[in-house]
Amino acid sequence: MSDQNLYERYHRQIILPEFGEDGQQKLLEAKILVIGAGGLGCPALQYLAAAGIGIIGIVDDDVVALNNLHRQVLYSVNDIGLSKAKRAAHILQQLNPEIKIISYNERLATQNALTLIDDFDIIIDGTDNFSTRYMINDACVLLNKPLVYGAISQFEGQVSVFRNKNATDVNYRDLFPDPPKDGEVLNCAEAGVLGVLPGIIGTMMANETIKLITGIGEPLTDQLFTYNALNNQVYTLNLSARTETRSLIPRSKKEFLQIDYEWLCASPVQQAEIDSDIFNGMVAKGNIDVIDVRELHELPGVNEFSHIRIPLAQLVDNTSLIKSDTIIAFCQSGKRSLQAANILSGIFGESKKIYSLRGGIVEWKKQKHAV
Amino acid sequence: MLPRYYFMSVKIILFGKLAEIAGGSVSVDNVPDTDSLVDLLNKRYPELTTIKYVIAVDKQVITENTGLNKKSMVALLPPFSGG
Repeated sequence: MSDQNLYERYHRQIILPEFGEDGQQKLLEAKILVIGAGGLGCPALQYLAAAGIGIIGIVDDDVVALNNLHRQVLYSVNDIGLSKAKRAAHILQQLNPEIKIISYNERLATQNALTLIDDFDIIIDGTDNFSTRYMINDACVLLNKPLVYGAISQFEGQVSVFRNKNATDVNYRDLFPDPPKDGEVLNCAEAGVLGVLPGIIGTMMANETIKLITGIGEPLTDQLFTYNALNNQVYTLNLSARTETRSLIPRSKKEFLQIDYEWLCASPVQQAEIDSDIFNGMVAKGNIDVIDVRELHELPGVNEFSHIRIPLAQLVDNTSLIKSDTIIAFCQSGKRSLQAANILSGIFGESKKIYSLRGGIVEWKKQKHAV
Repeated sequence: MLPRYYFMSVKIILFGKLAEIAGGSVSVDNVPDTDSLVDLLNKRYPELTTIKYVIAVDKQVITENTGLNKKSMVALLPPFSGG
């Protein structure tokens, strides 16, 4: 493509006095890695590709599902079952054939994180779980890579920029030093999310990235921007680096490789998980306590088998409700019930047999209707 | 003499799951500092003790007990993982 065409493609941003040809040149020379091509990744990728980022890397090992389409707006029904990283790369390449897009159809893990991240100038975290988020944060601190962070839950979103230029710069662990355990915070699959919300937050992440590259405006460095889609309340917090969080971050690549991030976020003792068939057999046999550890308002309701309802947070104070020597906890997806099983085994030890229903009530209902 | 925080009402802005537990943002009367604020909230909403969150006073994230006055703006914010 001729320079004239390039000029035309980016004309409307080039004529911005703050941006100019210089800003466009910086974008064309930039290498950005977007981790997670989901709700946040899709809009971020779309705007970054459109703006003319020279090289974009996309990391995601997931495939497109029908329940992604209300928020992951790059994809269509024809993409269901296909690799998100590959489909996103293909779709974005059609939007802008002048840039280079590299897809990594793999899960980010300690083994590949440092090599992948090291090849790019700025990292965008659009992942959906704490273990990967803490791993990305630590890798970016270790490699001095700027990190654009965004996260969502239901109707609320958070955005921040961690420069990671110096060891004393603010990073995500200065805000939340340790990851919450699995089940402590609900993910989108469990808690739900309004489709527009990641569109807003992901677009803001693209905007922050463009500001970082071109040097215009004031990025959200040392700040956490929060947005509430229901009442349009915006609240921005100031963050400070803490000396004590330094010790939580690996000091070398060797140390990084030794950290099990999945374990950091997992419950301490893995309890026995049972599938729907075993669950049905145990329920039929009787003499068990089945506990729904979801919040009281959560759907779907369950009337197929008798059970008691104790939301996870109230479990510790309500163990007197549990009478049988065999307990099965269930929740929406099987995550919180696993945590409940761990809490219960901490309380009851060997005196009771404690299980968690794998896949939660959603999977159970699916199996039931499949029969 | 009355303590400086007497009849002082501090508005607490809650985010995410915390707002869900408390049913929106709340006001708390006569708390001299963030430690006593947390104690009071934990008594009022025991479920809060099961959740990780950061405290910000006047938009600055704090890590130590911090004194409050009637103009203090307190926010409690949990981590989000969704993407």
